[in-house]
Amino acid sequence: MKKKKFSDLKESVIKAFFFTNGILTVMILFGIFALLLFTAIPAFREIDLKEFFTSHQWNPTSPVKEHYGILSMVAGTFMVSLGAMIIAIPIGIGTASYLSDVAHWKVREIVKPIVEILAGIPSVVIGFLGIVLFGPILAKIFGTSNGLNAINGSLLLAIMALPTIVSISEDSLSAVPKTYSDASLALGANRWQTLVRVKLPASLSGIIAAVMLGMGRAIGETMTVLMATGNAPAFPRGFLSSIRTMTATIAIELGEVPYYSTHYYALFAVGLVLFLITFILNLLSDVILNKYQEREQ
Amino acid sequence: MKNQAKIEARNVNFYYGSQIALKNINIACEENKVTALIGPSGCGKSTFIRTLNRMNDVIPGIKIEGDILLEGENIYHPKVDIAVLRKRVGMVFQKPNPFPKSIFNNIAYGLRINGMRDKRKIEMIVEKSLKEATLWDEIKDRMDENAFSLSGGQQQRLCIARSLAIKPEVILFDEPCSAIDPVATAKIEELIHQLKEHYTVIVVTHNMQQAARISDFTAFMMLGEIVEYDKTDKIFTNPSNTLTEDYITGRFG
Repeated sequence: MKKKKFSDLKESVIKAFFFTNGILTVMILFGIFALLLFTAIPAFREIDLKEFFTSHQWNPTSPVKEHYGILSMVAGTFMVSLGAMIIAIPIGIGTASYLSDVAHWKVREIVKPIVEILAGIPSVVIGFLGIVLFGPILAKIFGTSNGLNAINGSLLLAIMALPTIVSISEDSLSAVPKTYSDASLALGANRWQTLVRVKLPASLSGIIAAVMLGMGRAIGETMTVLMATGNAPAFPRGFLSSIRTMTATIAIELGEVPYYSTHYYALFAVGLVLFLITFILNLLSDVILNKYQEREQ
Repeated sequence: MKNQAKIEARNVNFYYGSQIALKNINIACEENKVTALIGPSGCGKSTFIRTLNRMNDVIPGIKIEGDILLEGENIYHPKVDIAVLRKRVGMVFQKPNPFPKSIFNNIAYGLRINGMRDKRKIEMIVEKSLKEATLWDEIKDRMDENAFSLSGGQQQRLCIARSLAIKPEVILFDEPCSAIDPVATAKIEELIHQLKEHYTVIVVTHNMQQAARISDFTAFMMLGEIVEYDKTDKIFTNPSNTLTEDYITGRFG
């Protein structure tokens, strides 16, 4: 009897330990969200909510009239991310298809880990590439004075989003049951038809989730775009103009802003908007992935 | 021409890497007849049936020797278009494997990859194939539903309809009833019986009673070799090889 009691106690201690660990992570997440929310709210004592979301002028340090419109940087963020996706989606899905369907398994065993390692390159190194490599090339091609613009940022973010897109798309393509491709081949379809008409549709939800995760990474990325896009706080006029993203704005200004000023709170408000955008993207990709896994069972 | 076999294997050896899986297979399957392949697990039945539409080609490290003739032409000739071959020699697999598409699109798929665009014509052939596979009455109002909503037996008949749609000459069945309940099995056996009117049918089966019920000819295979090949009646009533007799009377296997 005594022994039994001891093991019960051990059991409950272990339980409590893991419960604390689990709850801690959740609490930290909620804590960050609460911090963002409560530090952002005071900003709107001074800033008109409508101005905040619809004005494209962001000039918090103007001696005449301060402006707190985030439209320019939201546009900048979406422009680089969109550009990155336009580049990364076809290349990513193409690479994934190649790895899962065309490449010899030995090639796949080598290439896939390499692509995944690409995700580990520090963003500052990629930003460096943007300044010394892509910048001058883009300036030459388009005849601009420098190459620090939206395209440059898109190229770099595409490179950063590719590992995620390739890796998860390849996983979901490889998870398509072999019986599907057998059935297709037995009907006289070639490998290309089987890939495009059977395997890609069957793994579509996994691919969409991959794209969304890649997009989430692109939107939240800071250092790379800060280094490569020129950071002009004006509304972007095209892919060749210098832009400034939400992340870059926060990174540049938060170090020098007086604490507890409207400007300070406004930067947290920008962070909150950014958080909500990436949160929704991640949530969507999670929902899609879950749906995919349910169907597989 | 009537005397020529529809599909025939001559001195076929088959290897997975260095391991031999089929030894000197000689068999001639007649047109509009059902030929059954029986034998214990691992005897090479499935390997053999998959050589007939070259489904083994995708497996790395395989090697085949000898000839397989479809109407007298070697299907392993380098100039043979595998896609065309597989349209002539259709296949139904062990487990029902419909695509994750609607019932209609499952059957239309084979037509579309062959370049058929005419919607009316596709609809016509889909209906005809489903009727031929005795599935039409059960699902004619559910054409847009996902194929996975069908029962296992219905799914297998859908797979049969799918291969019928592209008008094959030979249909290979690789243990078509092993994942299906007895009632659905009876329906598929009945269907196979009807199919031989228009097609040449080759069936791999684990189930000896099934072979006896549905086939005209039976080949008994063991350890990669054909032990005996004869009319089904003869194999099951008066086999000439003692191994065959031992197997069909259940002494081993």
